[in-house]
Amino acid sequence: MSALFRLTVTETKLFFREPMGVFFALAFPPILLVILGSVPSMRHADPALGGLRVIDLYAPIVVVMAIAMFAVNGLPQLLGTYREKGILRRMRTTPVKPGLVLAAQLLMATALSVSTMVVILAIGRLAFQVHLPSQLAGYVIAYVLAALAMFAIGLLVASVASSGKAAGAIGTVLFFPTMFFAGLWVPRASMPDVLRRISDFTPLGAGVQSLQDAAGGHWPQLLHVAVMLGWVVVAGGLAARYFRWE
Amino acid sequence: MAIIEVENLVKKYGGHTAVDGVGFAVEPGEIFGILGPNGAGKTTTVECVEGLRSPNSGRIRVCGIDPQSGDGELRQVLGAQLQESELPDKLRVGEALELYSSFYRQPADWRELVEVLSLGDKVRTRFKALSGGQKQRLSIALALIGSPRVAVLDELTTGLDPQARRDVWELIEQIRDRGVTILLVTHFMAEAERLCDRLAVIDAGKVVAIDTPAGLVSRVDDRQRIRFRPSGPLDHAVLTALPEVDSVERAGSQLVVTGTGDLLLAVTTVLARERVTAADLRVEQTTLDDAFVALTGRRIES
Repeated sequence: MSALFRLTVTETKLFFREPMGVFFALAFPPILLVILGSVPSMRHADPALGGLRVIDLYAPIVVVMAIAMFAVNGLPQLLGTYREKGILRRMRTTPVKPGLVLAAQLLMATALSVSTMVVILAIGRLAFQVHLPSQLAGYVIAYVLAALAMFAIGLLVASVASSGKAAGAIGTVLFFPTMFFAGLWVPRASMPDVLRRISDFTPLGAGVQSLQDAAGGHWPQLLHVAVMLGWVVVAGGLAARYFRWE
Repeated sequence: MAIIEVENLVKKYGGHTAVDGVGFAVEPGEIFGILGPNGAGKTTTVECVEGLRSPNSGRIRVCGIDPQSGDGELRQVLGAQLQESELPDKLRVGEALELYSSFYRQPADWRELVEVLSLGDKVRTRFKALSGGQKQRLSIALALIGSPRVAVLDELTTGLDPQARRDVWELIEQIRDRGVTILLVTHFMAEAERLCDRLAVIDAGKVVAIDTPAGLVSRVDDRQRIRFRPSGPLDHAVLTALPEVDSVERAGSQLVVTGTGDLLLAVTTVLARERVTAADLRVEQTTLDDAFVALTGRRIES
């Protein structure tokens, strides 16, 4: 346990030594929420959105964005680089398994993205009167499933990429469509039916809707839970099958 | 009782047999060298000893442990320094050592280790900012952080300048004096000659000889080498025709004649007959280099 603790502390220190990574993973999602919330029209209740305001829709979107920053932007590049440099291979010569690096990364990413979520919820509540999740258990389940699905995809990218650079590039390319279907540019409620249908089957489309449902006091829909679980199983299974330590 | 035993080790990659029946035994407290040209199977052999690769056949024991047993006991007694293994750029020396000591049951005191390895003033330096020699010393420190009984060091002076190389050699002798058995992979003759108590010469996946450096040299003791600058053109054939001569090579303006028996007399007699004088004539003693050529039929570094 002490090795895992040491590794998590060390990986966290290393994370905070990359200012760009810190900015995009921790600061950018809350800043985006503040910017959107500053636009007056975002704060007007819209009957077309069932009486919700656009800012209410964006809170879960920036929450999943914080997950995506870690899962597809950070993790694949880091693991790819560690593999390229023989860091994971060196760990194989020690009593701990290189898988512990992965565990440390997941612990760190989970702790940091959960704290970003708390910050986002707090800013939303205090600055823009966005209601805190009324169905808390549903919210937590939706959050955990969305995070697992995204980390599974990130690990799959790390498995298939030939180098750290390639993993970073693939991750960045994946980031945009997943965030598009999460509703970053057009929230799901305003999407045409076809797009929203596609979005239902993407990990963050399902994630955002589940968070939105839980925020409004409902349990996540079965379809979305199944979609997220499906991504966890398929991407996670492929990653486990193809992941190489060296 | 040997601390490392390797018997009939075979490792194939596809159709290629990288290691073909290698065997040796290392005694406690020895610096045992594995010497051979690039691609001879040295690294594959030690990777099997380290448990990083599974052999196709053969038997390996390190402190009585089978590296393939997978219960992690080997990792507590064996420290490995790998070829070309880095650390995260922004990780500090002290942080790396603290982290790696948390992996072991009975870690060495890393603060003492950095002093021994002359890294004491680099504890707060990031990996990226270290020189090649400092990175190698850190790599050795990480191999020793678990207080291993055996350390496997693979090509650890490759890429270092001569001074850094000599410093590392001194360090390895100090480590042996602390009671650690060392398995050293190298393709540098000078390194093998300077450090190793015994050597296994490996070529094309097979052990060609196991002996002390002096023992290897004495096996080919009757070989001599004469080096001189001929005063005029000389047909090599008149020299190679001599029964004493094995080979004649041109090295710049010099000729290098290798052979056995009364080589000097035979060569000078021919030179006198051909009316050629030999300037800067030197008779060279057999070195480990020559022993290697005699054993494998080729030079290790070309």
